Amino acid sequence: MSTWRTCAPTGLAVLLLLSLALTACERASTTQGEPSVRVGSKKFTESVILGEMVSQLARSTGASVRHRRELGGTAVLWEALRRGELDVYPEYTGTLRQELLSGRKLPDDAALRVALAEEGLRMSAPLGFNNTYALGMKEAEAERLGIRSISDLREHPALRFGFSNEFMERGDGWPALRDSYRLPQREVSGLDHDLAYRGMEAGSVQVTDLYSTDAEIAAYGLRVLVDDLHHFPAYDAVLLYRADLESRAPEALATILRLSGTLSEEKMVKLNARARLERVPEAQVASDFLSQALGVSTVVRGDSLASRVWLRTREHLFLVGVSLLGALALAVPLGVLASRSPRLGQAVLGLAGVIQTIPSLALLVVMIPLLGIGSRPAIAALFLYSLLPIVRNTASGLTGIPLEVRESADALGLPPRARLWRIDLPMASPSILAGIQTAAVINVGTATLGALVGAGGYGQPILTGIRLDDTRLILEGAVPAAVLALLVSGVFEALGRVLVPKGLRLRAESESR
Amino acid sequence: MYALQDVSKRFGTTQALHALNLTLPTGRTTVLLGPSGCGKSTLVRLLNGLLHPDTGQVLYGGKPLPTDAKALLSVRHRVGYALQGGGLFPHLTGEENVTLMAQHLRWSPAKTRERRDVLVELTRFPAEALARYPAQLSGGQRQRVALMRALMLDPEVLLLDEPLGALDPLVRHELQADLRAIFARLRKTVVLVTHDLAEAGFLGDDIVLMREGRVVQQGSLVDLETRPADPFVTRFIQAQRLAPGSGASA
Repeated sequence: MSTWRTCAPTGLAVLLLLSLALTACERASTTQGEPSVRVGSKKFTESVILGEMVSQLARSTGASVRHRRELGGTAVLWEALRRGELDVYPEYTGTLRQELLSGRKLPDDAALRVALAEEGLRMSAPLGFNNTYALGMKEAEAERLGIRSISDLREHPALRFGFSNEFMERGDGWPALRDSYRLPQREVSGLDHDLAYRGMEAGSVQVTDLYSTDAEIAAYGLRVLVDDLHHFPAYDAVLLYRADLESRAPEALATILRLSGTLSEEKMVKLNARARLERVPEAQVASDFLSQALGVSTVVRGDSLASRVWLRTREHLFLVGVSLLGALALAVPLGVLASRSPRLGQAVLGLAGVIQTIPSLALLVVMIPLLGIGSRPAIAALFLYSLLPIVRNTASGLTGIPLEVRESADALGLPPRARLWRIDLPMASPSILAGIQTAAVINVGTATLGALVGAGGYGQPILTGIRLDDTRLILEGAVPAAVLALLVSGVFEALGRVLVPKGLRLRAESESR
Repeated sequence: MYALQDVSKRFGTTQALHALNLTLPTGRTTVLLGPSGCGKSTLVRLLNGLLHPDTGQVLYGGKPLPTDAKALLSVRHRVGYALQGGGLFPHLTGEENVTLMAQHLRWSPAKTRERRDVLVELTRFPAEALARYPAQLSGGQRQRVALMRALMLDPEVLLLDEPLGALDPLVRHELQADLRAIFARLRKTVVLVTHDLAEAGFLGDDIVLMREGRVVQQGSLVDLETRPADPFVTRFIQAQRLAPGSGASA
């Protein structure tokens, strides 16, 4: 009994201090004084490169910059910008018009600027390239047939088309394109995008759909056909930023806006290819471009593997530690309540079970309007996921106490509170600890998704690795995550030896014999 | 000490106790005897408020047993209780089991130690085994710890539900003798539940023979043998005499 009563609070206190220390670490990394600029980017290479350019330009003016890379989806960035958790991120006019503000039916960029201003947002002049749907074919073949624009395809009805499945089905995809250009081709197949490129190499496909700044355009030597009837909507790259940046960090903003008009499609294709195909880090790609095009020399900080892993370990532990402590504070009392009233127990367990079935990604996205981006939504989601195992194990540990023991405690005249602390919780401790262990191990795994909302952690290299198809990077996140899961599990095993009363361990031993 | 007036108890569709009246005298050992399912364990649990009667009332020292949880706690401090197998807390050592309530009530260490030593001597418990956990104790030792725990606060009443039920015959025999000596020394009001006639005769001043939720006869063993109130009394006695030591756990 004395072991449990002194060790349990001590253990919790240690965990709490650890989390606080980690919070302090995170806080300390943002210095005061100079203006701060928070940059975001989407989880594809082009956006990350642009985000790096913006970050490096802002940093060159002395601003303190935080770049949240590879955030999961347009809606995440848009919400974060509106809520003031990001100051600037690269966006496309088409996305703004067709997706984010689709309800407004904005006819042109001028109307778009007005609509953005109502949200307290500004849009830079176009950066220079238009990343939209396009058709492409092998440069040599296009040259041989004299094809420069999509209209030219009408003269060559025998050409074999291979389009991505998405393009076959989109409203502005193949059916609409065929109608507006009156294209006569009959041999049109839908297939996976990667297969389409391979088909072009093999000659089985002669024309395919692509994004006009795809790295593959350079890699496969493709010619992008001019959309001479302007069928595809414009997806001009712009920088979207908060209006208050003009007063908060005027110098940094002015420097960032120098990017306008500097990036042609051809240039962007080359930059994408360097990052995606040659695997040059985005920061380096951005830095090289800035010194060539703008004469701005920036320092690219290459962190060592160890310091990268250490940083992510801290971020990851922070997510797991805080969420687990929060869950502990709520779930154990809930488990106690659940064990006392079967009806309430069913309600609590049912609710926790429903939470458990919400896909992690959905839960994270739901959290963003409430808690913004960064570690908060991730911690909230992990907190919710931790509840079920702890509540369930607390309740089952308590209801599993043998009848004669419960009756003895009652008959002694021990008041409920004393009974909870002296008898019930110590006797349920193996089960409660097992529940916390389960929650912790699940948390270590689930926390890797936190990177999608800018919470960092081991998910960051995994996300980058998936984007670049780089197994080494995926392992840089996955291996530490697995090691941490094992470590956490081991720590709880050890904790069990300290916290579970000796008498219960003796009984378990004699029963297993 | 106890008076039960029109007390009945029902569990679902089973009438565990039919309305009964019973007086349990102070300073004497009353044995509740009968085959399993006769309601004797239900009856003993009405005496410390672990169960509440559906009808009637239980008078303790002339006053109705309180239903309010807090008042009931103080009654339970004055009514010791031990059940079959001991019901010891497995996470506490023998000593911690015994002194749990004293610690909770913030007795001084000296007073606690003194009371513990008295009980160790009374129950003839090996002092060196006090530091052991229930899993490390023998069945008889566990029962002695349970008895010490029930007696720690020096209660007025001792309720024992089949205290020797799970023990092998030799240990059981030894403990029976010890229990009789303890009862004789303490002169407390004891209510003991058993299904064993010999044990009832050996330990009890008074026997309450029960069957199917009713009291069949209350009296000494001699009364039951010589003046049976019902043919069941004779049948019960003969069944146990014919199969000595096997008990009447039919």
